[in-house]
Amino acid sequence: MTLLKILTAGFLAGLAFVATEASASVLDTVKQRGVLNCGTDNTAPGFGYLNTATGKMEGLDVDFCKAIAAGVLGDASKVKFVTVTDKSRFDAVLTGQVDVVFAHTTMKPARESAIAIDFLPINFYDGTGIMVKVASGAKQFADLDGATFCTTQGSATETVLSSAFKARGWKDSKVLTYENLEKLFAALNSGRCNAMSTDRSALAAWAGNSAKPADYLILPDTLDKSPFAGFVVANDSRWRNALRWISYGLFQAEESGVTQANLEEKLKSNDPFIQKFLGVGAGFGKDFGLPDDFNAQAIKAVGNYGELYDRNLGPKTKMFLDRKGTPNAPWTEGGAIYSPLWN
Amino acid sequence: MALEQANAGVARSDAASIVARRRRNRVKYQATQLAIVVVAIALVLLLGMLVNSGLAQRGINFTFTFLWNSAGFDISEGKTVVFDQSIGPRLTDFTADLNLAQAFVAGLFNTLKVAILGIVLSTVLGTLFGVGRLSTNWVVRNLCFWVVEFVRNTPLLIQIVFWYFAVVLQFPAIASAAKFHGVIISQQGLYLPTLTWQGAGDAVALVLLTACVVAIVGTIFDRGRARWLCCAVAVVVFALMLGKGTIAVDFPMASKFKASGGTSISPEMAALLLGIVFNSASYIAEIVRGAIDTLPKGQWEAAAALGLSRRDIVNDIILPQVFRVVLPSFGNQYISLTKNTALGIAIGYPDLFNIYGTVANQTGHSLEGIIIVMLAYLVISWIISAIVGAIDHRLNAVGAAR
Repeated sequence: MTLLKILTAGFLAGLAFVATEASASVLDTVKQRGVLNCGTDNTAPGFGYLNTATGKMEGLDVDFCKAIAAGVLGDASKVKFVTVTDKSRFDAVLTGQVDVVFAHTTMKPARESAIAIDFLPINFYDGTGIMVKVASGAKQFADLDGATFCTTQGSATETVLSSAFKARGWKDSKVLTYENLEKLFAALNSGRCNAMSTDRSALAAWAGNSAKPADYLILPDTLDKSPFAGFVVANDSRWRNALRWISYGLFQAEESGVTQANLEEKLKSNDPFIQKFLGVGAGFGKDFGLPDDFNAQAIKAVGNYGELYDRNLGPKTKMFLDRKGTPNAPWTEGGAIYSPLWN
Repeated sequence: MALEQANAGVARSDAASIVARRRRNRVKYQATQLAIVVVAIALVLLLGMLVNSGLAQRGINFTFTFLWNSAGFDISEGKTVVFDQSIGPRLTDFTADLNLAQAFVAGLFNTLKVAILGIVLSTVLGTLFGVGRLSTNWVVRNLCFWVVEFVRNTPLLIQIVFWYFAVVLQFPAIASAAKFHGVIISQQGLYLPTLTWQGAGDAVALVLLTACVVAIVGTIFDRGRARWLCCAVAVVVFALMLGKGTIAVDFPMASKFKASGGTSISPEMAALLLGIVFNSASYIAEIVRGAIDTLPKGQWEAAAALGLSRRDIVNDIILPQVFRVVLPSFGNQYISLTKNTALGIAIGYPDLFNIYGTVANQTGHSLEGIIIVMLAYLVISWIISAIVGAIDHRLNAVGAAR
């Protein structure tokens, strides 16, 4: 009977643990732990990529992780990158393995309604593109009736392709799915796939980083739009709001002209909004459960949105994705990068 | 007298007390068992409730109704079951309009397709390897030894990726593929011609077909002189049917991206099959070799003394005894082979586990999906054990009767 008592006690303790864990916000857990567990891809150049030359993680998503760590914990190095795949990313956040995921994830309603996650602000506007080998002779999507298309398992592209085939009445086209972009690219190179389909930015990255970029052609067609956003577990508004406003802070910093380089100077600024935004004196942080200078910390770590975009995706990188004239430009230049009102 | 009675009384009361004690012990024993079962059930229920409340707290909806939603994604190969009002259930290719339950069926179909082929091929190949390791021929013996050693000592996942990227995908593209009487070997797949039945409603054609089937059955099962007769009849009747046009050959025709017609094996399936067949065959080879080793050496010597050739000794003396012993081990190997087909996900083969991944991601019902997949593998494994058990029972019953 002692055994039974021990078991009962164990279960009651477990119950109490589950109950307390559920009521606490991830924000408190992260602050207590002192480290942010951030889920990213490691095979997506420009977004989340392990640079084999330096051995460091690089990319837009990686920089957002660093900005969050800097904003919440005051130190951009207090972040642990956990590799997630297109398939594992949702479970990783649901089970608490990671606190937040930035993994070029397309924001769409089915994911919020069925998977119990909440999306953060959109941090990149992409579209579903198609890449073929130049040698195949295909010039546009319409040339590919009957072809085998490859994409990643669990991506939004799977359903986008199926509807594109249906809309055009293609019966013989097949969709083959692989675990990650690396295998996908290998399958395109071997000829198993006539076309590789995923987000245009990823196509550009893989072609750009290959040995012979001229061998590949990204078709002019964009099958569907694909806005990327990070996400956290649903029903935790303290955590979600804190992360949303750290993200918006990066957008606002660009609009207000605060950069990594001029931050020290701006901290001495007399502008009352800049003072409050950067947390000189009283800031916006306290009520979110963040340090008052969370914006300053995030900017110090990664710079404003424009800077981190140019560093990871801009014309000076292998990605060569110019912001001008795309939704990724700030709203003041006709783009869709827009922060809500702070003051 | 009184003493005897008293003794008898004591003995009786002793006997009665022993019976009572036994009964007490039995009740106590059963009560403990019952208590353990009750506690176990309570623990499972408690765990279920905990999981359920945890899911509810995280806002995850646990339900199986999502299975009837339309899939919206394509699967590269696989048949599924559709229900027609007029015709009843039938197998058809999966399309994006069908529902998620049918997607799971397509995955199950692909898993079973590879598993069944894998079991048959690895048994044949494994037995050959196992016997080959005891061959008197130096080349055969060493070849079998090294193949078995190499395959058994490297991870299966790596072997499958090797077969896929380093072998199957190195075949030529469909445009430049080797074509041999309708057989096309390309990296889009292996295409084979098939026979199609054109004689529907024709009495003569039906008679010919029956004759052909009977002749083929005779060829396989008759061990006497009639075998050759049956074989000849089968060939003649088959030629007649081809000539008359009741059976046509459907040759695959290569087009720009793939071939149509005939039947095909996709590169993913070919690589997965190669991987699991070689892997499983090398384990089966070891089982067979071990079983042969346990047979008394006297059997070989006695058979040789009777003047039997080595081939006859293996075929008629050794293997019949071996198969009686190894079946349970084969059964284990078959189950492990079936579960290993889930590794097909690494090369994009749309098996049950792969389909689960897509469904879980498109719908978010990960837990429900994994329960379905686990139950499916459990049932498949049980069916395999039952079949192997039945065959084993039968073989050994025949052995005992002799």
